Amino acid sequence: MSVTYIEAIREAQYKALETDERVFLYGQDIGEFGGAFKATKGLKEKWPDRVMDAPISEDAMIGMAVGAAIEGMRPVVEMQFADFSSVGFNQIVNNAATHYYRTGVPIPITVRMPSGGTPGSGPFHSQSIEAIYSHYPGCIVLTPATVSDAYHMLLEGIALDDPVIYCEHKLLYRWLKSDDFEGDGLPIGKARITRPGKHATVVAYSAMVHEAVRAAEMLQSEGWEIEVVDLRSVKPLDTDTVIASVARTGRLLAVGEAFPWGGVTAEIVSRVVKEAFHLLDAPPMRLNAKDTPIPYHPKLWAAHRPTPESISHALKELLAY
Amino acid sequence: MNGLLMNEKNVCGTVKERSRLAPQSVEMKYRDAYLTVIFTMGQTKEHARKVYQAMVRSRLLEMKFSSLYKAGQIVGGVYLGKGQEAVSASVGARLEPGKDIFAPLIRDQAGRTAFGEDMLDATRTYLGSAQGPMKARDGNIHRGRPSEGVVAMISHLGSSLSVVGGMLKAREIQGKLAGCVGATCIGDGATSTGSFHEGLNYVAVEKLPVVVVVANNQFAYSTPNSKQYACVDLIDRAQGYGVAGHSVDGTDMLACAETIAKAVDTARAGGGPQMVVAKLLRLGGHGEHDDGSYIPEEIRNSTYGRDCIEVGKQQLLEKGWLSEEELTEWQEAAKMEVQEAVKTAQKEAGPNPYNEDWSALAESRFKEAHT
Repeated sequence: MSVTYIEAIREAQYKALETDERVFLYGQDIGEFGGAFKATKGLKEKWPDRVMDAPISEDAMIGMAVGAAIEGMRPVVEMQFADFSSVGFNQIVNNAATHYYRTGVPIPITVRMPSGGTPGSGPFHSQSIEAIYSHYPGCIVLTPATVSDAYHMLLEGIALDDPVIYCEHKLLYRWLKSDDFEGDGLPIGKARITRPGKHATVVAYSAMVHEAVRAAEMLQSEGWEIEVVDLRSVKPLDTDTVIASVARTGRLLAVGEAFPWGGVTAEIVSRVVKEAFHLLDAPPMRLNAKDTPIPYHPKLWAAHRPTPESISHALKELLAY
Repeated sequence: MNGLLMNEKNVCGTVKERSRLAPQSVEMKYRDAYLTVIFTMGQTKEHARKVYQAMVRSRLLEMKFSSLYKAGQIVGGVYLGKGQEAVSASVGARLEPGKDIFAPLIRDQAGRTAFGEDMLDATRTYLGSAQGPMKARDGNIHRGRPSEGVVAMISHLGSSLSVVGGMLKAREIQGKLAGCVGATCIGDGATSTGSFHEGLNYVAVEKLPVVVVVANNQFAYSTPNSKQYACVDLIDRAQGYGVAGHSVDGTDMLACAETIAKAVDTARAGGGPQMVVAKLLRLGGHGEHDDGSYIPEEIRNSTYGRDCIEVGKQQLLEKGWLSEEELTEWQEAAKMEVQEAVKTAQKEAGPNPYNEDWSALAESRFKEAHT
């Protein structure tokens, strides 16, 4: 038996609804239809009053969740695509994220963001926008890369008292399978050494963890042992684990699927340079998507984002320094 | 309010009875007629007095804020509700503290006061006391007590509407919605935002007991109605959203008290979302930094340029519902209350940046030392 990443997300929501009556799900087409990606399939049937369809109103959806959270509920809001959360952006960063600091009343909402590119999805159904929500104070931003993390981090996120931006990668939905949900018990806030190595560190998160592992495998035949760190959450950012890895390897490549200006990879490099400059044997590098909208055609799309080839190419450059 | 046919307790507590008297099947016009009869049968006087007393108290408090601002005692903006008190107080006075939800905006001191806000909340927030409800982390009108039903507004207009909807929806899920109302006040400018549209559409779709009170004061900061909307009257929008609409002259205190009470009572009785559009004029600038010189003389001299607090006074005196002596008593008591609140807040320490908990997260274990 095997479970997929999307099944893990569905099961986590099932479990949350079953164990905590404060939890409800809210989103477009998530009721009887089961969601655009079927992440809520069958849940409306079991909990008709706590799985609710929303109008195409991302601003109102988040505002509604903020209000419900004030009243003690734990809403889980599905953005049909992370890209559309820009319409709910104001309510997330200015209302939900400021609320605890301003009023002392926490806003325990979870916003599920189907993120990242898939072939043919184009500029408005492919975005990775974790950095934007990390930039604002007040949110926790999760970027699970494994089936067990998808399950456990969603459950853990729903239980947190702060607004949680849960970035689930659409490319992993059905492609990524595991024997079960059992993980290694790492809590939110701890990064994972996905693959140990000694010559260079690749720090990645979400789907890029898998591309980084492929790149590491490509370089193995040439004798390079590449360490891959999976951040798991980009906020909080586990700088300690990253620096410990850099201490072993002396070389850092930060990889992300988001646009190149600023962002998570820039934050990692900035922190490592500031706190562990003396551990570096080479200038740290970043690899991101290109600075254009995400193109529609699969050939353009594949070249827009980091790939095992472009990651291994960057690593060779890093190792040659 | 004892002895009234439909006092606050009655309204909130016996929905079944209300349903029997005004069943869902009754068309809105009959329901309106029914409510008007109820309203005029005995409670108008007490309700109107409650509204007016809140107006007096909030006017005096705001005059003090204006003075303090001009004396350089208040850091940041001061936004006053002068000319809008009748509308605002009519909302707050018809809601039940501890049960209902109120999302005031920048010109709702009167509504806040009527809903039971302690003057200290306002003075502490304006004067930067660390003991205020926002602990000096936010200022002036950006205050609230969300756990007690008062939403703390953000500056992005229209965004409280869906929040009120969500609070009510939560109560529906929890089985605690019966007899509750959520009200929010906004201005003409806010009706142009996407957030207003999404929020009003949402509460209409879910048929939640929400009252949206639009104070159309004809200017959003300096922008006149002609550059804000193209329909003949904002009330025309109610039909488009599928909500009940009520128009009122926002300078006519008794009309405001009655119309808004009707809207609140109808929502409470299960009549769905209500939209009130009150036409009036902001008797001042956008804030105390603004002299409002762009408001044309003819508008200032029109009916809507009347001061609702003067109108209300005349109305109550004429009906014999308030005497000059009692009004003086109210004013003196309010002045004392204002003085005390200002004195207390001024004595209190401001926030200490060295002791401040610089974390925006409730989950303090995730606090990052990184800068």
